[in-house]
Amino acid sequence: MALPSYTETRYRIWHYFYVAICTFVFFFLIAPLFVIFPLSFNAEEFLVFSEGMKRLDPDAFSFRWYHEMVYGTKNPWGLAAKNSFIIAIFATIGSIILGTLAALGLSSRHMPYKGLIMAVLISPMIVPLIISGVAIFFFMAKVGLAATHTGIVLAHIILGTPFVVITVTATLSGFDHSVTRAASSLGSNPVNTFMKITLPLILPGVISGGLFAFVTSFDEVVVVLFLAGLENTTIPVQMWTGLREQLSPTILAVATCLIILSTLILVTAELLRRRSERLRGINR
Amino acid sequence: MSSETKQILTTDGIPLEVSLKKAEKKNKIKAFLLVAPLLLFLFITYVFPIGEMFTRSVDDRMVTNMLPKTFEAMEKWDGKELPPEEVFAGFYSDFKVLVENQTQGKLGQRLNKEKNGFNSIIKKLMRQIKRNKIDESQSIKEQIMKVHKRWRDVEYWQAIKRTAPPYTMAKYLKGMDMYFAADGSIAQVDEDRRIHRILWLRTLEIALFVTIFCFLMGYPIAHLLATLPMKYSNLLMICVLLPFWTSLLVRTASWMILLQQQGVVNDFFVLIGLVADNNRPEMMYNKVGTYVAMTQILLPFMVLPLYSVMKTISPSLMRAGKSLGGTPFVAFWKVYFPLTIPGIGAGCLLVFILAIGYYITPALVGGASGTLISNQIAYHMKSTLDWSFASAMGLMLLSGVLVIYWIYNKLVGVDNIKLG
Repeated sequence: MALPSYTETRYRIWHYFYVAICTFVFFFLIAPLFVIFPLSFNAEEFLVFSEGMKRLDPDAFSFRWYHEMVYGTKNPWGLAAKNSFIIAIFATIGSIILGTLAALGLSSRHMPYKGLIMAVLISPMIVPLIISGVAIFFFMAKVGLAATHTGIVLAHIILGTPFVVITVTATLSGFDHSVTRAASSLGSNPVNTFMKITLPLILPGVISGGLFAFVTSFDEVVVVLFLAGLENTTIPVQMWTGLREQLSPTILAVATCLIILSTLILVTAELLRRRSERLRGINR
Repeated sequence: MSSETKQILTTDGIPLEVSLKKAEKKNKIKAFLLVAPLLLFLFITYVFPIGEMFTRSVDDRMVTNMLPKTFEAMEKWDGKELPPEEVFAGFYSDFKVLVENQTQGKLGQRLNKEKNGFNSIIKKLMRQIKRNKIDESQSIKEQIMKVHKRWRDVEYWQAIKRTAPPYTMAKYLKGMDMYFAADGSIAQVDEDRRIHRILWLRTLEIALFVTIFCFLMGYPIAHLLATLPMKYSNLLMICVLLPFWTSLLVRTASWMILLQQQGVVNDFFVLIGLVADNNRPEMMYNKVGTYVAMTQILLPFMVLPLYSVMKTISPSLMRAGKSLGGTPFVAFWKVYFPLTIPGIGAGCLLVFILAIGYYITPALVGGASGTLISNQIAYHMKSTLDWSFASAMGLMLLSGVLVIYWIYNKLVGVDNIKLG
């Protein structure tokens, strides 16, 4: 942002002040993530930068905690990772199916009580997680699904669908309904029309909603803490226990892996968003 | 339409109006059927359970079910003097059943909450009954009154009568540090024991300040992102989106590392000479930690709605403002800022809603002075197992959130929530 040469001094000062503020805020946002990286390679057992690390002494760094994370005795991360992925994948599939159907209905201009129904469908995203946790726990305990994978998957479907509903509804807002009418007039049945015409067009929205649902489930800890037994432990639950009890650098190794995972998801989501914006641009 | 106009018929000979209405209705049902599975699922697993929390929070049937004959007899008692013989007899026969089932302990605990000293006299009466000391052919009132002097105290019988209604608002009062006094009026808890009010106020205070901090930090960068050329802003957008997609626990963990006493932030303060090395301030396990961590974690939720609004504001408006003689500040304040108000509303409400119910971060970095109402709910769910109180507190919090959600829906519309 170059300033024109005629800018008065006070605006010049203000401009540099503004840039300084912005730099600080961006630093504040992103820097905390990077403190985890070097510390996860710490050779020592403490969560502080050792003298050796400050001198960049190669002996102060090691893969010890990554080794511990994968091969450590009695370590919970393997089971937790397996559970996390299984739960998140099933929860994502469930959220996508229910959410996409609902979004299709909501985008129809014939839908009665649209605002009210939308408000109900989005509510799991707004209601504090602790309240959702208590309510879902009461329900799952009553039907005997507490401390089961099924119970946690259902809970995460509840929390994940709002994201799918929002992203798919947004994609459908730029959707040209005449193409489906054209398909019907050419003799296609509704299911065929949906699979061949609608779905490919709204796919970016569906996938990015699915990514949100996946991340929500993968990162969710409050509800799982209520529902999970020892067998159902997930990565966030293990991190939560670890952060509360014994802070071991293994957590940082796991955290580094999670940051890499979230970077991958971010890149996918961004590519999808741009693609969908481009598509919508063409429709206009 | 006047009836004189000729009705238009479709090819089947049905009036067009009827046919259209039919098609419309069919479409309505079709649309609704698509939403129905999710709606049904949410109602069964989510909305009704929240409703059930309400029943649980006001439910007080335990004593009612334990002492049916007592309460039947008490209906005729005015509650001013010691109850008549029938009440004692009813209580005796109810209590005998409890002793047989060995559930009198629960009654003692529950009544003890109503009036201190109940537990011991219940135990004493239980022992008398077990030893068959009570002769049923004589006046039961006289015999029970002999067991302990408190059984002769009318206040204890009044306490039993107070537990008669199957529903009670006592848990809600407790959540506001109030209680039902002996005469049934609402009284305040002693000043030094008002823990819940402090928590409510602290929750509001932290949510409010986090919202303000997020706004102050989010507005400039949203503006920068919206005005920079695409290729730079896309790069900077990653700084906002990467934390947004990163696990909450990872971000909290990194703040725990940064803010600890031997942590990077303290190291930095020592380095620039702000604090002495042996006098490093405690920045975690208190409010400071909660403020800093929550602000960073919720900042993307402020930036994204602001950005999407600012993106739609044409830069020529500011130029027009300046060319008409406004200084940059005036142009900003009179032209740009008013246009961003929808984004400010959306961002602030979203951050406030999320902050008010935050649990994980305050529990990890908040310590004793930085915990919020959510932590109290979790505490009662897990440690004291007072689920009805947890439900009551949860619903009190929920009603607050729903009010803000309603405002949000009116101002922004839930279908306008922007994600990424």
